[in-house]
Amino acid sequence: MDCFKCPEKAVITLQHGSLCAGHFITCFEDKVFKTFRKYNLLRQNDRLCIAASGGKDSLTVLYLTKKFLQQENIPTEDFFALAVDEGIAGYREKTLVDLKKFCQENNVPLHIVSNKEEFGSTLDEAYPKINKGTSKKPCNVCGVWRRYLINKHARRLGATKLITGHNLDDEAQAILMNIFKANTQIAGRLGPITGVNKDGLFVQRIKPLYFCPEKEVRLYSWLKKFQVQYHECPYSAEGYRSAIQDLLNKFEQKYKGTKQGIVNSFLEILPLLKERAQGEIKSCQVCSEPANKEVCNACLLKQNLQNGGLNEHL
Amino acid sequence: MKLTVTLERENSTQNIEFKGTKVQDLLDFLKLSSEEVLIVRNSEVLTEDEMLSEDDLIEVLNVVSGG
Repeated sequence: MDCFKCPEKAVITLQHGSLCAGHFITCFEDKVFKTFRKYNLLRQNDRLCIAASGGKDSLTVLYLTKKFLQQENIPTEDFFALAVDEGIAGYREKTLVDLKKFCQENNVPLHIVSNKEEFGSTLDEAYPKINKGTSKKPCNVCGVWRRYLINKHARRLGATKLITGHNLDDEAQAILMNIFKANTQIAGRLGPITGVNKDGLFVQRIKPLYFCPEKEVRLYSWLKKFQVQYHECPYSAEGYRSAIQDLLNKFEQKYKGTKQGIVNSFLEILPLLKERAQGEIKSCQVCSEPANKEVCNACLLKQNLQNGGLNEHL
Repeated sequence: MKLTVTLERENSTQNIEFKGTKVQDLLDFLKLSSEEVLIVRNSEVLTEDEMLSEDDLIEVLNVVSGG
């Protein structure tokens, strides 16, 4: 099949036509830059932190954020990457090698923080103790600690915006997960720019790849020759998200535009959800980080770990 | 059709034989969704309607992140 804009061979078929490599790259970059502009994701004096893992999404968002800043004549000195080493043997150390190389090549300072330093245990060591006697997967511990570390250290390093590599697939999955589990409160925290509370404890999160399907992100990173190796988290197939992902991919293959439709519909009702989600943010009595209870979830998990999983489960 | 396929996720190379002539036939044989993978031949990404040839060397790259 040929590109619908020129006689070159197509590399991808989109909902409204096929594109060659050159036109796809332009179209993809335009979509990301349009998201930056449409949702006013950046301000002139923002200090930007990219939450990075070394996978295709974080390398792509890092590269394109820098390109956007240069295009808009915004200084790029106030720009750094932050990675979390969860302590997943055979996995994270490999993606961090890719990330360090990429940051060096692109002149972006990189900070790495770890579960081991912060909570005294790697994820591999912690989750069997915390989840003992339950059917819970490591993903619950991983997600809570990861979000905690990213927010805490982005703020410590002076960031005013936290940029994540969440793509259209991630968002469509999260929307469905919240619907299936009736989590309307949590759904109000989604969207291309988050932060239901303008509280100083939370660094506002932005998602420039919000309208980019995962397949397009992989294709872009491959065409741009980013050195992304495929590394699979040993726990990835175990989560609830994985089942939703399979469901959505099957649907998308049969009915093109499904994921985009879910996200577009969600954006229509998001202002209402955000209104409902407005609530007081407390400060954790243990660590002073933001919490919706007296003690934050990260500290509750740490307490569970110290007590051998005998405390209240989250 | 006979092909040699390198699967990124499994980190393995296999010789396969299947009925059909197009990329979509290969995806069906491998029970993969076009949403999950990129199909590459000689450093070129192929769309699902692309014709394949006997003895092509094909790479199947994973779209979905590993974690």
